[in-house]
Parts: sequence; structure tokens; C-alpha cells
Amino acid sequence: MLRYILIRALSLGLSLVVASWVIFAMIEVVPGDPASFMLGLNAQPDTVAALRAELGLNGSFLTRYLGWIGGMLSGDFGTSYTYRVAVSELVLERVQVSLPLALYALILSTLIAVPVGMIAASRRGGMADFGIMGATQLGVAVPNFWFAMLLVLVFAIQLRWFSAGGFPGWDAGLFAGFKALTLPAIALALPQASILARIMRSSLLETLHQDYIRTARAKGLSMGQATRRHALRNALIPVLTIIGLQFSFLLAGAIIIENVFFLPGLGRLIFQAITQRDLVVVESVVMLLVFAVILVTFLVDITYALVDPRLRRRA
Amino acid sequence: MSRLPPQLWVGAGLSALFLTAALLSFLWTPYDVEVLNIASKLRPPSVEFWLGTDHFGRDMLSMLMVGARTSIAVAVIAVGIGICIGVPLGLAAAARRGSWLDELIMRGNDLIFAFPSLVIAILITATFGPSATNAILAIGIFNIPVFARVARGGAMSIWTLDFIMAARVSGKSITRISAEHILPNIANLLIVQGTIQFSLGILAEAGLSYVGLGAQPPTPSWGRMLADAQTMIYTTPRLAITPGLAIVMMVLGLNLMGDGLRDLLDPRIRRTRA
Repeated sequence: MLRYILIRALSLGLSLVVASWVIFAMIEVVPGDPASFMLGLNAQPDTVAALRAELGLNGSFLTRYLGWIGGMLSGDFGTSYTYRVAVSELVLERVQVSLPLALYALILSTLIAVPVGMIAASRRGGMADFGIMGATQLGVAVPNFWFAMLLVLVFAIQLRWFSAGGFPGWDAGLFAGFKALTLPAIALALPQASILARIMRSSLLETLHQDYIRTARAKGLSMGQATRRHALRNALIPVLTIIGLQFSFLLAGAIIIENVFFLPGLGRLIFQAITQRDLVVVESVVMLLVFAVILVTFLVDITYALVDPRLRRRA
Repeated sequence: MSRLPPQLWVGAGLSALFLTAALLSFLWTPYDVEVLNIASKLRPPSVEFWLGTDHFGRDMLSMLMVGARTSIAVAVIAVGIGICIGVPLGLAAAARRGSWLDELIMRGNDLIFAFPSLVIAILITATFGPSATNAILAIGIFNIPVFARVARGGAMSIWTLDFIMAARVSGKSITRISAEHILPNIANLLIVQGTIQFSLGILAEAGLSYVGLGAQPPTPSWGRMLADAQTMIYTTPRLAITPGLAIVMMVLGLNLMGDGLRDLLDPRIRRTRA
């Protein structure tokens, strides 16, 4: 097991290094140089020179790259050119919206998908299965930001149960905070839940075909007992992987959904940074998102190996 | 040969409808989408304007038709990028399975997977500015590992078959075997995956242009229509509902078609799904 974790950790580190090269190089190839790009066409030469010095653009590619990475490792993400505050400060503030939102959506999606997928599998071929499969087919096809607009239309404008957007801050209390995140989380969760429910269904169906389920049934267990005691745990293994992978989709999806609901999260930060050409912010936030995704994939791999010993031996 | 799966008919029908509308838009639309007609702004659906008009007086049906063109073009080219680069990579990896080439290709793919497509798009647009071309690039890059994986997985199972051994014994090179014997045998897989990626491409394009990273004005696109409609959702929700429905129907059609094709082309899946 330790060997497996080590190998995965090594590959995690390698992915991070290569990802950081890619991101850094992308920002480097900005037409012209980053300083004049950020300041626009009408900038004075001495302003550009000053920004070049501030951004540390005068060193070689390698020293600048190492400086950036070294800074990130020690928590210094650089200074935002437009906000004039440390990027780490901005990120820390925005993560408090984006992370709870992604987790909220992940929990909702799992809570909906697992039971729904189980019902569909246990009533295979019946009306419930047919209805669920139809609904998930529709759920996969709906763009989450459009679904978000429909939710606003119904629950904020017509029924007035929720506000149409904005975030009161966690200072306003947990309830107010989560209430503001509820519509965005539903909008993010439903399309993902549709995918997850389909995977849950097919995974459970496949497990129910296994010999050990037949043995359990022959032993005298009812179908429900066999499902609960033997099939469910095994069927959950692929579902677990997908849940892990969905986290990255949710983080990315949150970027768009935050724009629908005007939530002050990482997504809005990144879009504002793009329009204001604040490359320091773009670079660091993108790196952070990629780091989160790679880390989650790593954790899923490890959990997977813990749950399924067969994988450990193969590695 | 059993009869064709019903979802294939429905899916192909829906897809054909949008494809026809997109192609027709090159020759004819009910109204010109680039002409603003403030006098007839925000008209409800009528005989004159089947789906009504937007806040600039542009005909919604015409906008949707031209928007379909943008969506389909972006998705088709993005899938093309994925197939043209991903499939050869996957075939090469399968042919030299376990070699450093295989490792390099698969780890490179893992890396692309680590960047959600939206993040790739953000990086590209932050650097080169938003445009439909950059949206295509962002979606297309994400398609490469998908097709590489499908091609590699499919090809590896074909490589173990006897007729491939026979081809090797007869002196054919690895490249020739991949092109002449492996590729035709994994074409089914690629077609099904292509349909799925096509529908994901439509969704991704809509998302990108919604946040302003895709097609730029005045090119109509479904995502941008939704972004414009959002500010008027209190007064004219119709403007937000129609483009959204278009996206849903197009994606639903492609997904149904993909499912139908899979059932039709892969008897093994047909058996386990039944």
C-alpha cells in the first residue's frame, strides 16, 4: 500500500510541475510582454518599465519561473495589479464562497443520485426505471447556467423564496450564507446527479449479476438483503471515482454559475482579472484550480485503493 | 438484424432538424440578424415573428438558426481536432503498449484531464483574447485525451486477436496494421464517442460564449443570446427560455443518437443493457 501511495504521490508531484510550466509558459507567450499587455496601448514607456520591474520581468525565464513557484510554495501568490492587494488575500476571501458551493453541490448530487440510481436498478425495466432514465437523459442535456436562470425565474422572481443573486457573507450567519448558495448549488448539482444516477444504476445492475450475489440468494437472502449486504458496497466503487472526478467539474462549473448569481467567488475573480488583464491573478488562480483538481484525483486514487485491495496489487 | 433502436430515430431526427436549420441559415433566414430594428423590439411570438423578437428587434428564429451554425461549427471542428490528434496517439500507444511512448502519451493525457476545459479556455483567452477560434481550441484540446483513450483501449483488445498476428507474420509494419486493420475495427467506438463529444462540445461552446469567452458580437450564438437575455429575465423571460430549449433539444438529440448508435453498433452492450 505504501508503495502504491508513493508512486501516486510521485506522479502527483510530476503533474503539478508540468502543469505549472504550461500555465507559466502560456502567460509568457502573451503578445508583446505581460507588462505592456496589462497596461494597454496608451501606457507611458516609464510606467511599463516600472510594472516590468514590479512583476520581476527583467530576469530570465527560469529565474522568473522559480521565483513564481517559490513564492506560491511559501504562500506568496504575488500582488494583484488592479486590486493592489496580495493575491493570496483575494483568493482566501473568494475560496470561502467557491469551496462551500462546490461541496454543497457535491453533497446534493450524491444524496440525489445514489438512491435514485438504486431505485432505477431495483425496478429495472419498470415505469420508475423508465421515468428516471428519461429524467436523467434530460438532466445531462441541460446547461447548468441555463438551469440556474430557470431556477431564478421560478424561485426568486415568481415565488420569491430565494434572492436572485449576491452573497451576504458568512458574517450574516450560516443559514443566510447557505440560503444564498442553495439555488447555485442545485443548478450545479442536478446535471451532475443525472450522470451519477446513471452510473449508480449500471454499476449496481452489473454487481447484481455477479456469482456471489447468486450464492447469497441461494443461501436464502432476499434480493433487498443481498443488495444491502453484498452488492451495494461493491457497486459504490466506480461511483466513488466519478464523485471524485465530479469535484473538478463542479469547481469549473462554479466559475460559470458564480457569474449567473453574482457570487463573489473564484470564478468572478478570474473573469474580472481577465477583463482587467490582471495576469498575476489569472496565473495564480488557474494554478490553484489545477492543483485542487490534481489533488482530488490523487485522493480518489488512494481511497479507491483502500476500498478495493485488487488495485493495490496491480500497481 | 433487429430493427433500429427507437432513440436512434428520435435523436437523429432532432439532430437533423438543427443541422438543416444551420445549413439553411447560410442561404436564407426569415430576417437579417445583423440589422437592428428597434421599432419591432420585444415582439411576442406571432405569425410575423414565429418566436418573437429580442431587445434590438432581431428575429429570434433567425438568431437561433445562425446560432446553431456557430454551435455546430465549433463542436464539429473541436471533435475533429480530438480525432485527428487523439486517435493516432491512442493507436501509437496501443501498438507499443507498455513502452515509454505509451507512458508519455498516457501521462500527457492525464495532464490535460487535470485542466477542466473551462480552465483551458480561460488560459487561452487570457492570453490571446476571446474568440470563437479560441473556444474551438479550448474544447478541441480537451477532446484529444478522450479520443486517445478510447482508441488505445479499443486498439489494445484488437491487437490480441489472431488476424492481427497473421498480419504481423505476413510482414506488415505496425503503422500499416494500425491503419488497415485496427482503425476500421474501432471505428464504431469512435463514432459513438464522437457523438458524445459533439454534444459536450455544444454545451461547452454555449457555456464559453455565455461568459463572453466564445463567439464575439455581432456573431449570434446560443450562449450569448442567453447572456443578453439574463438582464431582461424579470421583464421578458421568453428571451432566456427559447435559446436554452434549443440547446437542450440539440444536446438531447445528439445524446439519444449516441445511445442508439452504441446499441446498434455494439452487440455486447445491447445484451447487458437490455
